[in-house]
Amino acid sequence: MAGQGYLTVGERISVSLARFLHGIVSSPAYRWLRRHGFRGRGLVIAIPYLWLLSFFVIPFVIVLKISFSETQLGIPPYAPLWQWVSEQAVAIKLNLANFMFLFEDRLYYSAYLNSMKIAFFSTLLCLLIGYPMAYGMARAPAAWRNVLVMLVILPFWTSFLLRVYAWIAMLRTDGVINDVLLFLGVIDQPLVMLQTDFAIYLGIVYSYLPFMVLPLYANLEKMDLTLLEAAADLGCRPAKAFLRITLPLSFGGILAGSLLVFVPAVGEFVIPALLGGPDQLMIGRVLWDEFFLNRDWPVASAVAIAMLVLLVAPIMIFNYVQGRQMGAHR
Amino acid sequence: MAPQARPEKKIEPWNDPNAAPYVRIERITKKFGDFTAVNDVSLKIYKGEIFCLLGGSGCGKTTLLRMLAGFELPTAGSIFIDGQDMTGIPPYERPVNMMFQSYALFPHMSVEKNVGFGLEQERLPGAEIRKRVADMLAIVKMGEYSKRKPHQLSGGQRQRVALARALIKQPKLLLLDEPLGALDKKLREHTQFELVNIQEELGVTFVVVTHDQEEAMTLSSRIGVMNHGEIVQVGTAAEVYEFPNSRFVADFVGSVNMFEGRMIDDEPDYVRIQSDELGGTVLIDHGVSAAPSATVWVALRPEKIMISRDPCEGPDNCVRGVVKDIAYHGDLSTYLVHLPVGKIVRVTQPNVVRKAEARITWEDQVYLHWHASSPVVVTQ
Repeated sequence: MAGQGYLTVGERISVSLARFLHGIVSSPAYRWLRRHGFRGRGLVIAIPYLWLLSFFVIPFVIVLKISFSETQLGIPPYAPLWQWVSEQAVAIKLNLANFMFLFEDRLYYSAYLNSMKIAFFSTLLCLLIGYPMAYGMARAPAAWRNVLVMLVILPFWTSFLLRVYAWIAMLRTDGVINDVLLFLGVIDQPLVMLQTDFAIYLGIVYSYLPFMVLPLYANLEKMDLTLLEAAADLGCRPAKAFLRITLPLSFGGILAGSLLVFVPAVGEFVIPALLGGPDQLMIGRVLWDEFFLNRDWPVASAVAIAMLVLLVAPIMIFNYVQGRQMGAHR
Repeated sequence: MAPQARPEKKIEPWNDPNAAPYVRIERITKKFGDFTAVNDVSLKIYKGEIFCLLGGSGCGKTTLLRMLAGFELPTAGSIFIDGQDMTGIPPYERPVNMMFQSYALFPHMSVEKNVGFGLEQERLPGAEIRKRVADMLAIVKMGEYSKRKPHQLSGGQRQRVALARALIKQPKLLLLDEPLGALDKKLREHTQFELVNIQEELGVTFVVVTHDQEEAMTLSSRIGVMNHGEIVQVGTAAEVYEFPNSRFVADFVGSVNMFEGRMIDDEPDYVRIQSDELGGTVLIDHGVSAAPSATVWVALRPEKIMISRDPCEGPDNCVRGVVKDIAYHGDLSTYLVHLPVGKIVRVTQPNVVRKAEARITWEDQVYLHWHASSPVVVTQ
């Protein structure tokens, strides 16, 4: 093609992509498929569905299956769900004991509760810290915004595990923070920070803050600022305009951010394991212990399923609200 | 042409030296960095007026409006509303309301809540707010939509809600930024008259910003034409249209044929202008104040030129040409006539005759002439 030398890389990629797609569409095989009712739409939709099926639904069904079986010594460490009892009969044995066990043993109950509590307060802290950050970013001069977003994303360039380990070095009794405070004479005894609730909250808030800031920023940045002028014009002071206009309109962003923090925080394992004390029971820890210490796969699976059920409720609320908001902005 | 909004009972406070202006803009300048958006503008707007700021994009009209609302602070100069100096008064304390070009309705509130928002800020009792909202919605004929959200309304309905919201606080001054810009042509015409009726009913002073000269002419009591941050002419629609004071105003308000020339006869009761662009002379039946040798421009409106196949009596105010193009508008036709000297003249004529054969057509040899009172001489 003449003049291709003038195209940018992006344009070249789109040109080759267009040619490639054109090649597919005009191929005899595709024509044959089309004649038999096949549509390109179907293919595009099928890909994410296949992805979900193979990486979510199938593993979930396997875990669900394990949760209904009995433990046994062997490989795999659980009994099969069905057996041929005679030539013609299959016996399916659904073992509900694993789920009953979750209710009977207070350990699981308090671990769930504790996980929920830690996740809830972490989310709240993320929101309290993240909202002003996102607001500041969204109202910063346009030239700065991309830089500020980059700064929020920057921590992701280092491994999550490394960053949590780094906090150990910071929080230890002979760590950076204590050294500095002792040197400045603010304290004369090193503070015990590691293996406390404080360290868990710090770790979770630090790790998940970007997940709160980014959806909030996206929401606040696209807000129509003439709405605030309209509010001022109608006699509304800036602080009240924030409460009446900005805050309600950013509700979708608050919800998205809270969910992105809350859901993974409930099942968080690494942060409590590395920064928390041995007495802090969180459900991720229990899950790990059941799988790898007790080798009780059925109970571990039941714990996982129960956690999923608990988390489905907030996700459904989110979907409902988001659906309504989508309708409102059309 | 759009009909005049209020032909009778004309009060013209701007011609009364004793009338006190309601809004006084004194030598306002606004600079954004190096760019001067509004340059040393002074204006007097009287109570009950609909004052239109007319100009192209970037002429500073919106900046001037935003300074009245308090969203922009003037670099120099001051604004007085009802005698009160507005310097340093934030938008939420000004006795002014604005209708935004985008309407800026709060998307998460119902029509009722949107309209009541301003009253709510005054901490009025709920019952009174509800009553006044209902009354105002009745005025703009939106009563039955009070529970809807803005996204459930059409463009015209949103416009009325925005108007109701801006009017409910009974502002001393209502600012309207391109109020009809987002509406289609039929709805615009309808809304223009409605806006004027509501304005008369409530007696509020309007300042309207628009780039649409037709909108300005229909709505306004007076028009301020703006260019490059300055007010170039202030006057009623007819004054601005019939007596433009510059080439810019003549050209911006309506369409015009402009011929460059110089005066060859300069008498107190008539002048004669020789124009090479026209290829003839123009006789004007009144005196003109201009230096005898200076270049002047003759502005001639298309509808004031008569077009005919029959020769006219020369040599003044009469030229020959060939019809190169015709635009048929139904009520009017626009003819583009090619003069022998190369200039193209635009002429509009009402289509009095129905039969097409009787009308002037392409490549016809025609004569253009006009009355000696029709041309306007501008010197800048």
